Amino acid sequence: MIINQFLLLGAALFSIGVYGVLSRRNAVLVLLSVELMLAAVNINMVAFDRLNQDVMAGGQVFALFIIAVAAAEVGIGIAIVLLIFRNRRSANVDELDLMKL
Amino acid sequence: MFFAVTVGDWLGEVENWVFAVLAIAMVYAAIRVVTTKNVVHAALFLVIALGGSAAIFLLLGAEFVAWTVVMVYIGAVIVLFLFGIMITRAPLGYETKLSHPRRVRIGAALASGALFLLIGGAMLDAFGDDPVPAAIDPTRTSDIGQSIFERFVIPFEVVSFVLLAALIGGIVIARQDPTVEEEEVLQ
Repeated sequence: MIINQFLLLGAALFSIGVYGVLSRRNAVLVLLSVELMLAAVNINMVAFDRLNQDVMAGGQVFALFIIAVAAAEVGIGIAIVLLIFRNRRSANVDELDLMKL
Repeated sequence: MFFAVTVGDWLGEVENWVFAVLAIAMVYAAIRVVTTKNVVHAALFLVIALGGSAAIFLLLGAEFVAWTVVMVYIGAVIVLFLFGIMITRAPLGYETKLSHPRRVRIGAALASGALFLLIGGAMLDAFGDDPVPAAIDPTRTSDIGQSIFERFVIPFEVVSFVLLAALIGGIVIARQDPTVEEEEVLQ
C-alpha cells in the first residue's frame, strides 16, 4: 500500500463534498455534503498517522476530535435548519436572502 | 514520473484489491450523495461512503477510529439527518428542485474539479510512492487512550466543552417558545 492511494481518495471525496456544498439547494443536503468533506479529512489524518508511525497516535486522536466536532456541528446545523424552516416555511439556501440588500 | 511502483506490483498486494473495491464504492456513493434527486437516498448513500471510510481505517490498522465512525457517524449522525429530513418536510419523492440550476452546477463542478487537481497534484508531488505500513501492527485502543489522557488532555477537555455548548445551543435554538396564551394555560 502506498500513501498516495489514501490521499487521492481523500482528495476525491473532499472535492465531491465541495461540489455538493456549492450545487445543493436544500440546506439538509448541504450539511450532508459537509459531512462528506469531514470524512475525507479523517481518511487523510489516519493515513498520515500510519505513514509517520506516530508513537502517540496523534493523527488518530485528531480524527476522533474531528468526529466529535462533526457530531456537534450536525446537532447545531440541524437545529438551525429546523428554526429557519419553522420561520420561513422553507429549507432552501437560495430563499434565505433576509440579510441581502 | 512520480511512481517507481508499477501497476503490476501494486495489484500484487491483496490489500490493494480490497482498497480498490472500497474506493470505487465510496466515490460512487459520494457522487450519488451530491447528485441524487431523493433526499432519503442521499442520507443512505452517505452511510455507504462512511462505512467505506470505516473499512479503510480497519485496512490502515486504526481499529478504534473505525468503530467510532460506525457508532457516531452511522449510528447517530445519520439518524439525526433522517430526523432533519423528516421534520423539514424535504420532498421525499423524486424532485428536481433539490439542486441549483445547471449554470451553477457547472460552475461548482469546475471549481471542485480544479480543487481535486490541485490537491491531488500537490500530494503526488510531495509523497510519490512512499509506502504506508500495512495493518500488521494495528494501533491498540489502550495506546490511543494513553495518548488522549496524557498528551492531548487539554484538547480533549476543549472538545468536551464544545460538545456541551453544542448540546445546550441545540436545545436553545430548536426549542419552541410558548406563546402568551400557552404560558397562561401552563400557569
